[in-house]
This record gives sequence, structure tokens and C-alpha cells, in this order.
Amino acid sequence: MSRETQNANNDHFVDTQPFDPWDKEELTPEQEKYFLASQWKLIWWRLKRHRLAVVSGLILLVMYVSILFVEFLSPYAQETRNSDFIHHPPQSIHLFHDGSFIGPFTYGTDFSVDMETLKPTYIDDPQKIDRLRFFCSGDPYRFWGLFEASLHLVCPAEGGTMFVFGTDRLGRDVLSRMIYGARISLTIGLMGIAVSFVLGVLIGGAAGYFGGWVDSVAQRLIEVIRSLPEIPLWMALSAALPVTWSPILIYFGITIILGLIDWTGLARAVRSKLLALREEDYALAARLMGAKPKRIIARHLLPNFASHLIASVTLSIPNMILGETALSFLGLGLRAPITSWGVLLNEAQNINAVAVYPWLMIPVVPVIIVVLAFNFLGDGLRDAADPYKN
Amino acid sequence: MLTFLARRLLVMIPTLFFISVLVFVVIQLPPGDFLTTYLNELQSQGEAVDPAKIAYLKQQYGLDQPMYVQYFDWAWGLLHGDLGFSFEYNLPVSEVVGDRLYLSMVLNFSTVLFIYIVSFPIGIYSATRQYSWGDYGFTLLGFLGLAMPNFLFALVLLYYANVVFGTSIGGLMDPEYINAAWSFGKVKSVVEHLWAPVLVIGTSGTASMIRRLRANLLDELSKQYVVTAHAKGLSPGRVLFKYPLRMALNPFIADIGNILPQVVSGSVLVSVVMSLPTTGPMLLSSLQSQDMYLAGSFLMFLALLTVVGMFVSDILLAWLDPRIRFQGGVSE
Repeated sequence: MSRETQNANNDHFVDTQPFDPWDKEELTPEQEKYFLASQWKLIWWRLKRHRLAVVSGLILLVMYVSILFVEFLSPYAQETRNSDFIHHPPQSIHLFHDGSFIGPFTYGTDFSVDMETLKPTYIDDPQKIDRLRFFCSGDPYRFWGLFEASLHLVCPAEGGTMFVFGTDRLGRDVLSRMIYGARISLTIGLMGIAVSFVLGVLIGGAAGYFGGWVDSVAQRLIEVIRSLPEIPLWMALSAALPVTWSPILIYFGITIILGLIDWTGLARAVRSKLLALREEDYALAARLMGAKPKRIIARHLLPNFASHLIASVTLSIPNMILGETALSFLGLGLRAPITSWGVLLNEAQNINAVAVYPWLMIPVVPVIIVVLAFNFLGDGLRDAADPYKN
Repeated sequence: MLTFLARRLLVMIPTLFFISVLVFVVIQLPPGDFLTTYLNELQSQGEAVDPAKIAYLKQQYGLDQPMYVQYFDWAWGLLHGDLGFSFEYNLPVSEVVGDRLYLSMVLNFSTVLFIYIVSFPIGIYSATRQYSWGDYGFTLLGFLGLAMPNFLFALVLLYYANVVFGTSIGGLMDPEYINAAWSFGKVKSVVEHLWAPVLVIGTSGTASMIRRLRANLLDELSKQYVVTAHAKGLSPGRVLFKYPLRMALNPFIADIGNILPQVVSGSVLVSVVMSLPTTGPMLLSSLQSQDMYLAGSFLMFLALLTVVGMFVSDILLAWLDPRIRFQGGVSE
């Protein structure tokens, strides 16, 4: 075909209207906000729609903030022994006495021993009204181990008692010990996840990015560890911690043990995401422009699955908390004087405790709440992790 | 199918090898060994120890050999069914463990069966009646099962069985059978006792299984072929069972790889609390007393249990799904 005819055929239609570059589809302000929002903003909006996840997140936030002030929040100090009140059952907080409003108070109790079962029994004495005090001076403590203080949010009346969740075999207040235990139980999950996060990202990242033999070695390793049951392995490893170690060393030892076994799930997630992402055009472009693997992974690939990582991390924290609880319950994990929820549950180890002192099992309640909250939050995060998937 | 089987079996060999190395390293980790501890204990009690006897024991069990020689001795023994020697009981490990291995297998197998039997109908119900009260109820129950530590559930169950039914559900058989030979009565007694630990261990696994089946089935049910089938007037039951359910069943079976280690983990904990005559309590005591061969055999056995379990699940999967059979691998 000759040039002329081609040109003639391609006679374009030209609009006679003047061209206005700003004349395009008008966006409503909401649409504009949505299209201009960053990835993290979209994730946040999506997460907000998930009511249960937001509530769980708030509960966790409150708990984690409160571990900063455990000394202040707990009515008694961690190791205060009320030797006159051994195995005291939970006391309820009353507001009214004989129909008149008094404000929060507890009844004093009379102690007697059941001569048949030798079980200590405490009976409320309605004459003795112990009004609770707020922002009061109680058991002295060293705040953050730094300076002496004795301010508490709430304390029992002078000479009175306030054992909301009862006392244990040494007369220590279970509620206070639970509040102190939160500090260990809640952080051990974070520390453990930090270890498993580093391992998971490094190993999974190397496997996914380099492929080849690195990948097959990592895959085998993951397979082997995943096929081993976690708790027996944790048991074996924590039995290996020397008895001579100080409590704080044991604490770190346990976190490392928890992390050492738990990284496989994370490594798998990182690997499969990387495998998919490294085939993307922008990764190829970066490689062609001479970017080093480190830069490509950290700068181009990582931001793409960071939200997925956060979701899967959130979902594996409860596993660690339950692991610590189980190990401490068996006596293989943390040991007194460290107080964690598992250590507290260790007191309720035999059926007698369940039958006679059932309140010793109360520390399981925060465990359940925290595990559920992390699960709901993780579910919400996972759904929100990819905001571009309608 | 045969090549698939062969390949799958071959893969197990390196896996088991690595597991055995790992287990050996783990049981060697505690500083010192049983003999040293034993010696110290005797000396602290002021008892005389015959050094010749100690030297003999050391040499007998290769404790003076380098680590890798000890490993190969141990692994070679395992291959021949020789589980090593328990220092604490002063007996070969195989005699110490006795029925425990079989009972562990029975317990874990029953638990997996329980999980499947319970979560299958509930999963289907939850998916077909999404957002109904029943669905919410089961979801809530499932989450509670997930969050409740096994050991505490076991304790509470022990207590209530005692109070409400007046029976002791601890252990796996009535006391008169404990050292008796296997008989019909003993088997019956084991079956009667099995429900409690199975229930306790099964709860957490059931929860995740229900969620998995529900999610898979919901995915399938929203596909176009299901809509077409409905539009063509197929009965709802037939629509459900003909294809979507069979598709959703795949991950359900494949998931045994995740469920099994979890079940074995749980069974160890629960058997300590309920003092079941399985591997759990003895593993705990052997770890505490550094009875390394006993602990090692138990760990190895538990790992073997999960590896073989996964093998079985892969075979089931290949039998169920020709795509896997012909590709020779489990696709994600």
C-alpha cells in the first residue's frame, strides 16, 4: 500500500472544541480522599470496620500500657504475705450496707478452722465495714526498681483486707500477683516474637529471594521443625537451662527457646510472598538498574508485605503466651520469684486446689482474654492487610 | 500412585535423619550428664561410689566417646529397635516404656479422629448457615476452646467428673487393670477412660478445623458453578455434596500436617495433668532427671508419630485428588 493512501485512511477525527486538560471526571471529595490515601491509611480504614478487632486492639493497648504501672495499680505488693489470711476466698466489694449507700467497702472476716476437714474458713462479719481507700499509701515498693514509693490506686482500709480474687497458700493477694504477672506474661510473647521475627524474615527472605539450594535447605529445615511437636521440644530445651541461672537469665532463655521453634510459620509466609513479588515488573526494573539484593528486598519488596507480616506476627503471639503458661505450669518454664500467669497457675496444679481453692485458677482469665484479643486483632489485620483487594 | 508413594517415602528419610540429629543435640544440651548428677547425689549423701563401676558404666554407654560417635551409636541402635538404656530405671528403655508408646498412639489417633468427626458436620453447618445463631455459637465455642489452656480444662474436667458423675477419670484404665495383661476388660476400660483426654486435647484442634472447613466451603459456595447448579434446579443437598464439599475437603485432609504436631503437643501436657500412662509424664520426669536416652526415645517417637501421620495424610490426599497424584507433590 502506498504512503498516500495510508495517510488518507488515517484521517483523524479532530474535535473542534477547545481542549481543556482539567476537564475530566469529577471526583467527589470522598473518592478523592480514598484514591489519594496511602496504603497504611487504607489498611487503617479497613481495620476500623472490623469492630471486634478494634475492641481487641484497645483491650490489648490498655493492658500493655498498664504493665508500666503495675506497682501503682495493684492493691498489695507482689510478695506481701498476709500470714493471717492464708487461702482466703475472694471478697466481694459492696456498695450498700443495710440499704444505705456507703461507697465501696469490704466486710471484715472471722477466721476459723473447720475441725473436720482442717480447711480454713472465713466468714463475713457484717459489723466490720472496711471502706476502701483510693490514691492511698499502702505497701511500699520500688517503682521501676528506681525509687521508693507507696502510692496505690486502691488499698484496703487500715487494718482491713481487700482480696478481690482471694489469697494463695502464703497469704499473697492473687489479684496483685496477677497484675504483676501481666508484666512477664505479656512481654514474653513480644520478646519471643522478636526472636522468631528476625529468624523468620532472614531465613524466609533468603529462601524466597535467592531460591535454588538456599531455598531447598531452608525448606527442609522448616519441614523438620514443623513436624516436631512444639511443647515436647520446648520442654526439652527449657529443661536444658541450667538451674544456677538467675531468674532474669531464665526469662531470656525461655523467650529465645519460644522464638527458636516458632519462626517457621513466619519464614514460610515471607518466602511465599517474596517468591510472588520478585517476579513483579518493578523488581525486575530495580534489578536492571543495578540495585543490590539488599536494597530490592528492603526498599521494594518488604513494604509490599509488611502488613501481612504484622498480621501473622499478631496471630503467633498468643501461641507463645500459651506456651509460656504451659511450661511454667509444668515447672519447666519460669520459676518463682518471677511471677507470670503460668507460675501462678502452677499453684493450681492438683485437683485439690481446684476442689478447695478454686480461685487459684483465676489467673487463667487474663490468659484467655489476651489470647482471644490477639486472635481477633490478628484476624482483622489479616483481612485489612491487602487494602487493594476489594 | 506408586511413584508418588516411593518419592514420598524417600523424602521421609532425610527428614527423619535431621530430626534425629536435632533430638540428639537437644538431649545433649543440659550441662553434665546423668552419671555426673548421680555421682554428686551419692557423694552428697556420703555414700561411697566405686570408681571402677562408674568408669565401667561410662565406657559401657559410650559417655567418654566424642559426640558424633555417641550419636551414631544411638542412631544405629534406634534403627535396630534398640532404644538405649535408661539410667534412672537401670533398665533398657524399651522395657521402661512398655505399653506407653501404644497407648500414646491410641490416644493421639483417637483425638485426630474426634477432631474430624466433630468438625466436619459443624463446619458444613456453619458454612451453609452463615451468620446464623448456630454459626455464631459454634464460632464462640471454638474460640474458647482455642484460648483455654489445655491443662486447666483437664483439671476442671477431672474435678467436675468427680463431683457430678462420682467417677475418677484420671488415668486411662481402671486401677485393677494397670499391671494386668491385655484382655477384653482392659480394652473396654481404656475405651471408657479415653473420652476425657480426647475431649480436652481435641477442643483446640476442632476449633481451627471448623474455621478452616467453613472458610473453604464458603469460598467454593460463592463460585459461579454453584449458582448455575442452583439455577438449574438441583436440590440444595445435591448441589452441596456433589462438588463444593469435595473441593473443600482437600485442605481439610491436608491440614492434618498442622493438626498432628498440635495434638501430640497437647497430649503430652494433658497426660501430665491427668496422669495418663502415656509418654507425657515419663518424658517430663526423664527430662528433669537428665535420663537422656529415655527422653531422646520419647522425643524421637513423638516426632515419628507426626511424620508418619503426615505421610498418611499425603497418601489420603493423593488418593482423593488426582491432581496431586500426577504432579507428585502437594500444591499449596
